Amino acid sequence: MASTPHVLVIGGGSTGIGIARDLAMRDLDVTLVEQGNLTHGTTGRMHGLLHSGGRYAVSDQASAKECIQENRVLRDIASHCVEMTGGMFVKRPEDTEEYFEKKLEGCRECGIPAEVISGEEARKREPHLAKDIDKAIAVPDGAIDPFRLVVANAASAEQHGARIETHSPVTDLLIEDGEVVGVEVKHKSGPGIRVHGTEGGTEEIRADYVVNASGAWAGQIGEMADVDIEVRPSKGVMTIMNIRQVDTVINRCRPKGDADIVVPHETTAILGTTDEEVEDPEDYPEEQWEVDLMIDTLKELVPMLEEARTIRSFWGVRPLYEPPDVGSEDPTDITRDFFLLDHEERDDLPGMTSIVGGKFTTYRLMAEKISDHVCEQFDIERECRTADEPLPGSEDFSVLRDYMEEFGLRSPIGRRSVERLGSRADEVLKTNEPNPVICECEGVTRAEVQDAIKQSGSDLNAVRIRTRASMGNCQGGMCVHRLASELHDTSVDGDTFDEAIAREAWDELLQERWKGQRHALWGEQLSQAMLNYALHATTQNRDNDPADGEPVDFAAFDAGGDHVGDASGTDVAADGGETDGY
Amino acid sequence: MAIESDVLVIGGGLAGLSSAISAAREGADVRLVTYKQSTLRQASGLIDVLGYTPDGDGPLTDPYEGIDALPEDHPYRIVGVDTVRDAMSMFDEVVDTYQGGHTDTNALLPTYGGTVKPTARYPDGASAGLASDDRDLLLVGFEAMPDFDAPHVAAHLRAAGVPFDVRGVTIQFPGELMDDAKVTRYAKLLENNGPVTVRGRERGARDALVERINPELEDEPRVGLPAVLGDDDAAGVRAALEAELGVDVFEVPATPPSMPGVRLEDRLFEALDEAGGNFESGNPVVSFDGQDRVETVYVDKQDARIPFSADQYVLATGGLVGKGVESDRERVYEPIFDCYVPHPEDRYDWFDEAVFGEHPFAGFGVDPDPELRPLDAGGSPEFQNLRAAGSVLGGYDFAAEKSGSGVSIATGYHAGRIAAQEAQ
Ligand SMILES: Cc1cc2nc3c(=O)[nH]c(=O)nc-3n(C[C@H](O)[C@H](O)[C@H](O)COP(=O)(O)OP(=O)(O)OC[C@H]3O[C@@H](n4cnc5c(N)ncnc54)[C@H](O)[C@@H]3O)c2cc1C
Ligand SMILES: Cc1cc2nc3c(=O)[nH]c(=O)nc-3n(C[C@H](O)[C@H](O)[C@H](O)COP(=O)(O)OP(=O)(O)OC[C@H]3O[C@@H](n4cnc5c(N)ncnc54)[C@H](O)[C@@H]3O)c2cc1C
Repeated sequence: MASTPHVLVIGGGSTGIGIARDLAMRDLDVTLVEQGNLTHGTTGRMHGLLHSGGRYAVSDQASAKECIQENRVLRDIASHCVEMTGGMFVKRPEDTEEYFEKKLEGCRECGIPAEVISGEEARKREPHLAKDIDKAIAVPDGAIDPFRLVVANAASAEQHGARIETHSPVTDLLIEDGEVVGVEVKHKSGPGIRVHGTEGGTEEIRADYVVNASGAWAGQIGEMADVDIEVRPSKGVMTIMNIRQVDTVINRCRPKGDADIVVPHETTAILGTTDEEVEDPEDYPEEQWEVDLMIDTLKELVPMLEEARTIRSFWGVRPLYEPPDVGSEDPTDITRDFFLLDHEERDDLPGMTSIVGGKFTTYRLMAEKISDHVCEQFDIERECRTADEPLPGSEDFSVLRDYMEEFGLRSPIGRRSVERLGSRADEVLKTNEPNPVICECEGVTRAEVQDAIKQSGSDLNAVRIRTRASMGNCQGGMCVHRLASELHDTSVDGDTFDEAIAREAWDELLQERWKGQRHALWGEQLSQAMLNYALHATTQNRDNDPADGEPVDFAAFDAGGDHVGDASGTDVAADGGETDGY
Repeated sequence: MAIESDVLVIGGGLAGLSSAISAAREGADVRLVTYKQSTLRQASGLIDVLGYTPDGDGPLTDPYEGIDALPEDHPYRIVGVDTVRDAMSMFDEVVDTYQGGHTDTNALLPTYGGTVKPTARYPDGASAGLASDDRDLLLVGFEAMPDFDAPHVAAHLRAAGVPFDVRGVTIQFPGELMDDAKVTRYAKLLENNGPVTVRGRERGARDALVERINPELEDEPRVGLPAVLGDDDAAGVRAALEAELGVDVFEVPATPPSMPGVRLEDRLFEALDEAGGNFESGNPVVSFDGQDRVETVYVDKQDARIPFSADQYVLATGGLVGKGVESDRERVYEPIFDCYVPHPEDRYDWFDEAVFGEHPFAGFGVDPDPELRPLDAGGSPEFQNLRAAGSVLGGYDFAAEKSGSGVSIATGYHAGRIAAQEAQ
C-alpha cells in the first residue's frame, strides 16, 4: 500500500464512533457517515448501564469478563461520562438460593468484585428497597451517559484527522469487479446539521475499506450488496421516573426476565426493560403494557415506584445477531456477544466487514478488534491506544470527585453543574457554605444561581437563561420563589437587592414561565399547571400579596382560641411556653 | 361476586374521606377505594373556607358571609351555608389536632412565600404563628433548605404590614445532613432526637437545634420554623422544643411534600377506621356497569378487575391535580364515568394570558344538581345514585378564592350524608 488507506465507517453509534477513533489514532484516513445525528440509533436509546458483567456472570461468562475489563477502562478514560453508582443483585424470597449462589460464583470466576450483603445492609444503602429482600450481591455497576461518550469519541477522532458526516445516509454501496470500493451518501441539508465540505446533494465516497457498523440497520446495508446479514432487531422499553428513587443500580437476582433493572441517571431513575422481536428498527409499536410491566414488576424490588410519576418512556432496538444455523425462538436466548462478519470470507465480497451485536459497555473493545482486523487487511501493525488515552473532557473533569466530596453535591447534580460551568466550575462551586439544589428539575445549585446573579443583576430571567433554573418539568412551579429568595439581600457592585426588588423580579419570572407553558396545556402539563397555580395562589397567596395591595386590618382576624393560651402576649416566655391542648 | 357495601366512595382525599366519615356516622356500611396519595401531600395543611370573593375582594374576615354573595352554581351555594357550617363542625369533632373552630372569623397565617393568607382552620402546630396575634416573631430557616428563606420571609411580612416585629435568621441544621435531605429526614431526626454529630460529638438533633436557636432569640415570645417538626408525633416535638426554648414554637405551613398535609390525611384515615368504615388504596377504579344507576364499579388490580357494588356511590377523585378530571388535546373529561365536564371547545380558551388571570381550567369539573349528582349536557343527572364531591366538582376556582379544603369538606359531608340516607 503506497498511501494511507482510507476507511469508511457506516454508523455514528457507539460502535462506529469507537472504530473511527481507534483507526484515526492508528493514523489511518477515516470517514464516518451517519444518517441522523450522532447517537441517532440504539446508542441514543439505551439504558445507560455501565455493566460490571454481573448480569452475564452465569449465562455468558466471556461477555462478563469483557464487561468488567471495559468497565475499568471507561472509568479511567471517560470519567466525565461515568457515575460509579455501584450495583446490587437483590434476591426476593421467591428467587432461588441456587441461582444466587451461581451468580456469586460466576462473578468470582469472572473476576468481578462481588460482596454478599444482608437484606438489612442492602436497605441501609438503598432505603427504598422492599422490606422482604433477603440479601444482595454488591457489584461495581455504574451509570454512563451515552451522548457525552459518543461526542467525546467524535471529538477525539476529529482531532486525529477523521472526517465525520452526520445527516448523511448511505444510499448505496459502490461495487466494482465484485469488490466494495465505497459508498454513495445523500447529504441532507437543514438547520443544525454539521456539514463538512458538501452541502446537500449526493456524494460518492470512495474508500479502500468499508466498515458496516449500522447496528440494527446492518441488514439493510447488506442488501445493497446482496448479502444476508441476519440481524434480529429486538425492542426494549425504558421508563424514566421523575425522581431518582435509588442511587445504585438495582438488578433482580434471577435468570433472565423482563423488567428486572433500575438504573439511576442524573436526577431520574430509568426502569427497564423488555425484549420483543420487531420487523423494522424504525417503525414498531410502542405499547402501554410494556410501561405498566416495568412499574408492576419493579415495584416488587422498590415498592415506591408504584406511587412515582413517570416523565416519559422511550424505546430502543437491540441489533441482535445470530449465525444462520442457530435459530433461537425467543430473542432473549440470542447471545449478547458481537460478531465480526468479514464479507470476503463469508460472501466472497471483498472490501467490507460488518460488525453486529454487542453492548455499549464493550464498544471500545469491539472497536479495537475490528480495527485490528482492518489493519490486517493492509498489513499494518500499530498498537491500539484507546484504552490508555483519556477522552477529551475527561481530564478536565477529574476534579469532579473532589467537588462532590468537598461540597456534598449529589453526584449527577455536581456533574451537571460542572458541565455547564466548564473551566469556571472551580471558582463558582468553591464555597464553604451548604450548597443545596434550587431547581430540582435541572439540578441547579445555590452557588450557580448566586454566580449568575453576580453576572446579571436583579433580572431573574437572565439568571434562568444562564443556569437553566426553572426550565425543567415543573416550569418553575417549585423554584421561582426560591430564586427570589436567592436574589433577596444579595449585593452586586454595592447595590443590595431588597425585598421589593426581589418581589418584582419574582413576578416577572412567574409571568415569563407562564407564557411558555400555555402552548402545552393539556394532559399532564395542564395538571402540572393547576398544581403550580395552586402552589403559588393557594399556598403562597402570591395573587393577593398584601405587600402589593391594600393594607390589611389584621386586628379584625382570629387571634387564636383558648388553645393558644398566650395570645394576649403577656406572661409568655417565663413559663417555658407550656401551652395546653397537646 | 362483587364486594358489597351501602355506600362506596371513590377517592381518598379530603372530599372522599369527609364523605365516607359522614356516611359512616349516619350508620351506613361504607367502603372507600382510592388509588394514590391525595392532593393533601401537596397542600399546605391549612383548611380554607373562603378567603376572597370571585372578584378578588378580600381577605374576607367572615367566610360564611362571603358565601351568600357567591354565584348560584358555586358548590357552596348548591349545598347551602348551613351545610358548610355542619360540615366544619364534623371536621372539628373528628380532627382534634386543628384549631379555628372557636370562631367564624378567618385567621391570617404567614406563608413560606412571605405573604399572609386567610384560612378557617389551622393545625395546632401553626397556631402560634397567627398574623393577627401581635406578639413579636422570630423566623428560623435552615441553610440547606431553600424553600424557606427566613430573612426574606421576614422582610416580606414586614412589607405586608404585619402588626408585630419580625426577624428572620438562617442557621445550619445540626449535623452533617446532605444538602438535599428530604423533609421526612429532618422530621424523623427531630422526632427521635436522633443522633447527629456536632463538632465531633454525638448529640440529639433536637437538643442541638435548641442550642443553635437559643443565641438567636432576643425577646421574641414565638419562633417559626419550616414544617418539619416531627412526623407521627408533631405535638411531642413541638412541646419539647417549647419547653427547652421557653417560647412558643410553630411551623410555617408547608411546601410539598407537606408534612402537615400528610399528618392530616393520616388522621382522617384513622377517623374513618374509628367510624367503622373500610378502605383500601393502591388501585384505581377504571370502569363500571350500569345505565340509569351505577350497578358495579371495577378496580384494576394487576390485570384482574375486582367488582365493587353498592347502593350509592360518591365520586371524589379530585380535580386536574388529583386526576379526577383529565384532558387531552381535544377535550376535558371525567375518566371513570365520563360524566359531562363543561369546557370551552378551543383549548386556547382554557387559560388566561396572565399568570394569575381568570383561568377557566381552574374551574373544570362536573356540574352537579342540589343533591350533588353530576348532570349530563342536557341537565339531567348522569346516574340516580352517583354523587360528586371535592375538586372533581367544577364551577369554582379554589386557588383564587382560597376555598379548596372547605369545598371538599362541605361537599364531601353533604354527598356522604345523602348517600347514606338514600341507602337506608
Ligand atoms: C433497550 C436497550 C437497552 C440497552 N441497555 C444497555 C445498557 O444498559 N448497557 C449496555 O452496555 N448496552 C445496552 N444496550 C445495548 C447497546 O445500546 C447497543 O449494543 C449499542 O448501543 C449498539 O451501538 P451501535 O453503534 O452498534 O448501534 P447504533 O447505535 O444503532 O448505531 C448504528 C447507527 O447506524 C446508523 N445508520 C443506519 N443505517 C444507516 C445508513 N444507511 N447510513 C448511515 N447511517 C446509518 C444509525 O442511524 C445508527 O445511528 C441496550 C440496548 C437496548 C435496545
Ligand atoms: C398545591 C396545592 C396547595 C393547596 N393548598 C391549600 C390550602 O392551603 N388550603 C386549602 O384549603 N386547600 C388547599 N388546596 C386545595 C385542597 O388540597 C384540595 O382542594 C383538596 O385536597 C381536594 O381534595 P379532593 O378529595 O377533592 O381531591 P384529591 O385530594 O385530589 O383526592 C382525590 C383522590 O382520588 C384518588 N383517585 C383519583 N382517581 C381515582 C380512581 N380512578 N380510582 C380510585 N381513586 C382515584 C386519588 O388518588 C386521590 O387520592 C391546595 C391544593 C393544591 C394542589
